[in-house]
Amino acid sequence: MKHLISIDQLGRNGIERILDRAASFGSVASREVQKVPALRGRLVVNLFYESSTRTTSSFELAAKRLSADVISIRSSGSSVDKGESLKDTITTLDAYEPAAIVVRHPRAGAADLVARWTRAAVINAGDGAHAHPTQALLDVHTLRQRFGQLDGLKIWIVGDIAHSRVARSTAAAFGLMGASVTLCGPPTLLPPGIGAALGCRVVTNLDELAEADVVYTLRMQHERMQGGDVPSLNEYAALYGITGDRLVASQVVMHPGPVNRGVELAGDVVDSAQSLIGEQVAAGVAVRMAVLYELLAGAEKDERVREAATA
Amino acid sequence: MTKRTAWKSGTPEAALLSGATVVDPRAGLHGAFDVHISEGKIVSVSEAGTIEVPDDCQVIDCSGQILMPAFTDPHVHFRTPGQEHKETISSGTAAAAAGGYCLVLAMPNTTPTVDGAEILRGILARAEQEAVIPMGQLGAITKGLGGADLTEMAQMTEAGAAGFTDDGIPVTDAGVLRKALRYQQVTGAVIALHEEDPSLSLGAPLNEGLVSAKLGLRGQPGVAESTMISRDCELAELEDAVIHVQHVSSAGSVRVIREAKARGVKVTAEASPHHLLLTDEACSTLDSRAKMNPPLRSEEDRQAVIAGLVDGTLDCIATDHAPHHVDEKEQPFEDAPFGTTGLETSFAAVYDELVVRSGMSLDLIVERMTSGCIPFGFEPPSIVSGHAASITVFDPGSEWVVGSDGWASSSSNSCFAGRRLCGRIVRTFVEGVQVYEGGSK
Repeated sequence: MKHLISIDQLGRNGIERILDRAASFGSVASREVQKVPALRGRLVVNLFYESSTRTTSSFELAAKRLSADVISIRSSGSSVDKGESLKDTITTLDAYEPAAIVVRHPRAGAADLVARWTRAAVINAGDGAHAHPTQALLDVHTLRQRFGQLDGLKIWIVGDIAHSRVARSTAAAFGLMGASVTLCGPPTLLPPGIGAALGCRVVTNLDELAEADVVYTLRMQHERMQGGDVPSLNEYAALYGITGDRLVASQVVMHPGPVNRGVELAGDVVDSAQSLIGEQVAAGVAVRMAVLYELLAGAEKDERVREAATA
Repeated sequence: MTKRTAWKSGTPEAALLSGATVVDPRAGLHGAFDVHISEGKIVSVSEAGTIEVPDDCQVIDCSGQILMPAFTDPHVHFRTPGQEHKETISSGTAAAAAGGYCLVLAMPNTTPTVDGAEILRGILARAEQEAVIPMGQLGAITKGLGGADLTEMAQMTEAGAAGFTDDGIPVTDAGVLRKALRYQQVTGAVIALHEEDPSLSLGAPLNEGLVSAKLGLRGQPGVAESTMISRDCELAELEDAVIHVQHVSSAGSVRVIREAKARGVKVTAEASPHHLLLTDEACSTLDSRAKMNPPLRSEEDRQAVIAGLVDGTLDCIATDHAPHHVDEKEQPFEDAPFGTTGLETSFAAVYDELVVRSGMSLDLIVERMTSGCIPFGFEPPSIVSGHAASITVFDPGSEWVVGSDGWASSSSNSCFAGRRLCGRIVRTFVEGVQVYEGGSK
């Protein structure tokens, strides 16, 4: 596997292979020297066309814990602001001979395009509302840590499905791992055909929420109000907000962050023992280390290293 | 009457096209005939082997090939003036010649817009210098395609406008369209309509369906098209006006047009090869060459468009040839412009998929490929003695991979690029002038 663009390309075996390695990387953080030398001397470029705290920082940290050199580029203040095309930006970065480019972009398919224009391994850190495979991996990792396996788990993904790359990748990953997934949200935020497209059940109310083992909530973005997708945050919270009294004690709650407290998720739930949000963040670093390792140091050696060796 | 087409013309051939299967449903021909052309006209159409060949006449062996009236396309974008990096009159008409066409009608969404008589005259004058085949030019319905103020349609008609359209964008305001339709009493020129309700399509880059849901992209529902067609058929009926619906893509649209025709509304419509052959599955890899407007739709829609073409609800095949520079198309799907080229592949693609693979009648396809000019008041060519020698010769045995030999168009954004097709245009004559020779022989 050269690139990680979408979760579908991994399959269940691929997900398990990467997450088994992530489990072994989990202990690196608790060492006195929080590093392993796996990627020493290799360059990882983080190219972020959208702001992101969690994903950027955890990719940076993951690369550094593998001893790679890291540069992070954000679209504001860069040549991107001067109207440079994505292709030209990638061609320029490719001249630095990076081992990997981690890219986040507001447009679906951007990571796939980047992979055509560079010799580096490309990791999709989110493209539009299309895919976010490392988020899906860390979500599966979090649930494996909690439940051992996902087979037979009932997982509800609640919120703005239409605009969520997390929903698409995470629902696909949960499905691949044997869970049954229900998508829940206002009909205006459930694209026609989404159930068939993702192989999920679709519901528009929380009436049967009690059946869920896992309640995965999505961020309700304020800008959706302007598009008239829901009448108000207040009405959204009244109908779909996950509060303590809507949960049963055995259920766990997840969220990809950042949370709008009191909208999609009540503050006391975020802070409760039912919340796995902290575990998700912690899993992010180990999982991204495992992805970088898989692509750069795994069975398939980097093309350029092989070329240099045979030259 | 004002001249409504222009081209640079050339020297007509004196030739006997022998051995071909001649297919011209309008003339009732489907069989082995020799066609003698001279001084721009068809001199005779005779049973194979029965013509005495004059000494000064070359014999062109067309055995195994299909000889048809050359095609007409009421919907092309030649990007001139203003966007010549995408296409020029010269390259666009060369692409049309390679596709077997003898007449194409260019859309006015250029830079600046063709919204006045002077600019329209300028384009036709330029066509006089560089057009490889005859072309006509439509004018805009509203100034600057702004959707608000009517253009000087009478003066543009006087200058040779082939018709009027705001193609590329819809006339959203029903009241503005109604005025344009009333004004048709002055111009007599057909109004061609790009049908899309922007409040439903939301400018989305592809069809609304499983593919858009999976990709996380907003989709255009088919009703964004069909509801506007419904509205405009009502308006045309009210004003007793003539409208032509461009690039029909959805099942609902075909149904609306069928019903309108049945109650006597003066509406014609076109189907594009890409809507006849492809579905939104072609967008699943986010290949921007499959991004066009209206978008590729579902298999159900595709089948409805085919059925509409067969039963005559859709009168003709039009390419909506929309060239874009590679730098513009090599962007994320949402940022890339809408449009696919089509002139060089239309007949071969339709023949390969609908005739060879799906068993549709060749006569029907030839009729629909030639009739695009009729709604705009032009006579389609015919293989009949005394008519203009506008003829296309097609080799059904020649297999090729689309794009592998390059393009006559300045642009290469074809949704059929890389597709293996069975059959290829080998010669095109316009009024006796051979404007294209290529392909297999």
